[in-house]
Amino acid sequence: MTTKVLAIDDSRTIRNLLRVSLEGAGFEYHSACDGVEGVEQFSEVEPDVVITDINMPNMDGFGVIETLRNGPNRTTVPIIVLTTESGPDLKARARDAGATGWIVKPFDDGSLVSVLRRLTGHVV
Amino acid sequence: MLDVVEAPTETQFEFITFSSGDQSFCLEITQIREIRRWTPVTKLPHTPADVLGVMNLRGAVIPIFDLASRFSLGVTADNERNVVIVAASGGTTIGLLVESVSEILSVPKSAIQETPDIKSEAARQAILGVISVGESMVRVVNLDAVLDNDMGGAV
Amino acid sequence: MSMNSIRDTFFEECEELLEALVEGLSAMEENAEDMDVVNAVFRAVHSIKGGAGAFALDRLVSFAHTFETVMDKVRSHQIKVDEDLMHLFHRSGDQLADLVEAARDDREPNAESEQAILKELEAYLGDTDEEEEFTFEAMSLDLDAAPIDIDMDGDEREADDAGAESAVKSFEISFKPTAALYANGHEPLLLFDALAELGVLKVTANLSRLPDFDAFDPNDAVIDWRLTLETAEDETVLHEVFEFVDSLCELEISVDETFSSEEAIPPAISGGATTDAKVAAPAVADTPVATSPTPKAAKSESAPPTKQAAQKDEPRGPRPTLRVDLERVDRLINTVGELIINQAMISQRIEELELPAVAHLTNELEAYKLLARDIQEGVMAIRAQPVKPLFQRMSRIVREASEATGKKAKLVTVGDSTEVDKTVIERLADPLTHMVRNAVDHGLETSDKRQEAGKDPIGSIRLSASHRSGSVFIEIADDGAGLNRPRILEKAIEKGLIGAEAELSEQEIDNLLFLPGFSTASEVSNLSGRGVGMDVVKNAVAALGGRVSIASSPGAGTTFTIVLPLTLAVMDGFVISIADQTMVIPIASIIETIRPNKKDLHHIGTTGEVISVRGAYVPIVDVARNLGLSGGAKEISSGVLLLVTTEAQGLTALRVGAIHDQRQVVIKSLESNYGAIPGVSAATILGDGKIALILDPDELVKLNPAAPYMMPASAPRMELRHA
Repeated sequence: MTTKVLAIDDSRTIRNLLRVSLEGAGFEYHSACDGVEGVEQFSEVEPDVVITDINMPNMDGFGVIETLRNGPNRTTVPIIVLTTESGPDLKARARDAGATGWIVKPFDDGSLVSVLRRLTGHVV
Repeated sequence: MLDVVEAPTETQFEFITFSSGDQSFCLEITQIREIRRWTPVTKLPHTPADVLGVMNLRGAVIPIFDLASRFSLGVTADNERNVVIVAASGGTTIGLLVESVSEILSVPKSAIQETPDIKSEAARQAILGVISVGESMVRVVNLDAVLDNDMGGAV
Repeated sequence: MSMNSIRDTFFEECEELLEALVEGLSAMEENAEDMDVVNAVFRAVHSIKGGAGAFALDRLVSFAHTFETVMDKVRSHQIKVDEDLMHLFHRSGDQLADLVEAARDDREPNAESEQAILKELEAYLGDTDEEEEFTFEAMSLDLDAAPIDIDMDGDEREADDAGAESAVKSFEISFKPTAALYANGHEPLLLFDALAELGVLKVTANLSRLPDFDAFDPNDAVIDWRLTLETAEDETVLHEVFEFVDSLCELEISVDETFSSEEAIPPAISGGATTDAKVAAPAVADTPVATSPTPKAAKSESAPPTKQAAQKDEPRGPRPTLRVDLERVDRLINTVGELIINQAMISQRIEELELPAVAHLTNELEAYKLLARDIQEGVMAIRAQPVKPLFQRMSRIVREASEATGKKAKLVTVGDSTEVDKTVIERLADPLTHMVRNAVDHGLETSDKRQEAGKDPIGSIRLSASHRSGSVFIEIADDGAGLNRPRILEKAIEKGLIGAEAELSEQEIDNLLFLPGFSTASEVSNLSGRGVGMDVVKNAVAALGGRVSIASSPGAGTTFTIVLPLTLAVMDGFVISIADQTMVIPIASIIETIRPNKKDLHHIGTTGEVISVRGAYVPIVDVARNLGLSGGAKEISSGVLLLVTTEAQGLTALRVGAIHDQRQVVIKSLESNYGAIPGVSAATILGDGKIALILDPDELVKLNPAAPYMMPASAPRMELRHA
């Protein structure tokens, strides 16, 4: 069974890069361009793992995590935060919100997939 | 020639033959869009003598060349007895004024001979090869060479 | 999708982000306290940085980073936005745009301005020590090769490490997850898998805290583990495995000092069960409650996913759009053009039949005509784009111009969403830039003078776009001093553009600005540019089938109005005859038509001829002769003169045979099947199906009538002969 990834990022470029990396690694790729759409997509796609940007219009990444964790979904699927800052504050905040892990942009293929593998057990 | 051995199964090429300046020419049928009677054209300023003008072909503006004049074989009379062959190559459509259209010629590729060694480099460029039909010789026109404006009047 | 096409998308996206940035900055100008706006600006810069990082565009990344960091301080209220900072933000936005462009075109950006702005930005950051060191690495995407190497076999890993320098150590790990660990989507098994990759792992689950079945709460974390890992890796590597669960569990890692690699693996700890992490779940198989709080159990307990979130219908995002190959649109436009010609031809043919009682038919024909026009408008709308990006670019021009002149100016835009043909937007950029610069440079007064006059010290340049009666109106208005008409008149006489005795109306004086040669190098400030005058603007607009006019009132300012046709596929033209041929000349290029009086005509030399128009002598060009057509002779006595301005020789009178009609014509390219013809811009098909050439006055006057068959140097034919 393929692992379904839902990527939420407002940058088309980042979404494209994620698609190439993830589809190349055998994931089933789904995407949304902001937090609100991301939460909607979550219910529809029922992904095995979520990757979300922090800075987004409509609903930011923290909002996404909080909604997915505490909203009607109450999901425990891994949620990975994509961030350009690697500061400890941000990581702690993401963890407090319920994030499972984080990936620092710009990511390379290997680290992206290995983080996903660590958190989902996905095998190609 | 190796081709001769394969002749029975060889693909046949179809050409439409026509006369211009009392010589016999042909164009491959796939390049020809239609053949129509001559109708007056709109003259273009500052163009060589072989460019007769432009004609409206279902909304497209296409230039009409006098093939005889282009090959320095005199001037074709622009009257209703003469015909315009509309031909296209690589997205460009043009019309060629000729005296008359004669027949459809179906020959294998091997029947097309190399252009005899003639002096004029330009004329050699404009003719892809020749096909002998009975007593006469039909010249295969290189449409791209006609389309190429740089050649204008230089033949 | 290739890396190149992702790169292309990135630059496309940058365009949009830069647009959003400019928009956000001008909104900040109004209200810098609006955090939605500040956030939007921050996001735009941030997204550019994020994408640029992926393509190793280092300079772009580090500039965006500094810019973003300052913006973040504004966001977190650490810095207050004042006029200076606002100005710096605008310049930073411009610089960012330059860097994006340079990166796209793969060339070196201007380092000088970049460094200057960076320095100013950094000044706002103060002590850089508190800034976290920002690093980034290039992304390497190998699309062909399998991107990851999965090696789940710990034994093999151990074998690989056998030759490594560091000796194998044994680590004792105590791992006690909290409920939050599960809630955050972690799965202990996966952590153990990661550890198993480092060496030989033994896992022991401590089930002593498992309550009775009745008391079991699946959201509690009641199992903890003791693990033993034999590995050559450093302790830090082990901590890395637990990086994401830090603070979500109690974790102790210690080295077993008594361990030597020859020693047997320690026996299982009593009270638990030993399992191999690689084979079985960490929970114990023979315990009924072993389906303890793993994520899966929690999931089955949770409410099924609802659509509640999806039903939130906030208005957001752009309207859905469709990306279409431009070529397809243009093909459709061509076909519609043919439809319109076809309709005109049918109408004309039916008229010629002179049928009795054609009322019905006429109605149907009229309906056909309207439908064809509707389709044409609909198709042209596909090519239409809002003028917003074009207008936004002008804010930079105003900024640069006000900086260079020391005048204070702000740009106000109106009707940003007005849509204009794509080509119009592209070709209007230069004329508009020039006019906006002029407006600041020549239109506005200095702040002091403005204050003296009781005006706002900051001058305003108002750029507006609107659709009116089938045309596009673009206005460039300044609230400056207005045109200095006496000075314009004086200059025009000085330069011999008009006779000293000429009596001109105000409008005629204003229009002198459009004469070639009016604006000369001596009076062109370093700003208004390379000796480009308003005549060039006028020609560029005329080339689009439009016209420019001026309105000015002393003390209140000057307004330039550009009127353009809605579409480029059709044009308003005069149907004229030239040496027995029917041709079309664009109405937009014609200033006026003159039926000359013999007394106004004067000869110079044997062929030169001029006409006096309001005291100035205007050269006459015989169109037929310039086109090398015979039969022009009779036009000398009976012809009509069309007054045009041209780039090459300014005001010129074109002599044509007669004007027959004024109508809209569909423009047909000659170049697609033939090539450029000097003096002719395109062709059109008239109602009778005949082709009429559309004249290009600018090129027409350049043709030398003395050598009618000479081709201009630009024609390939000519070059070939010289070669």
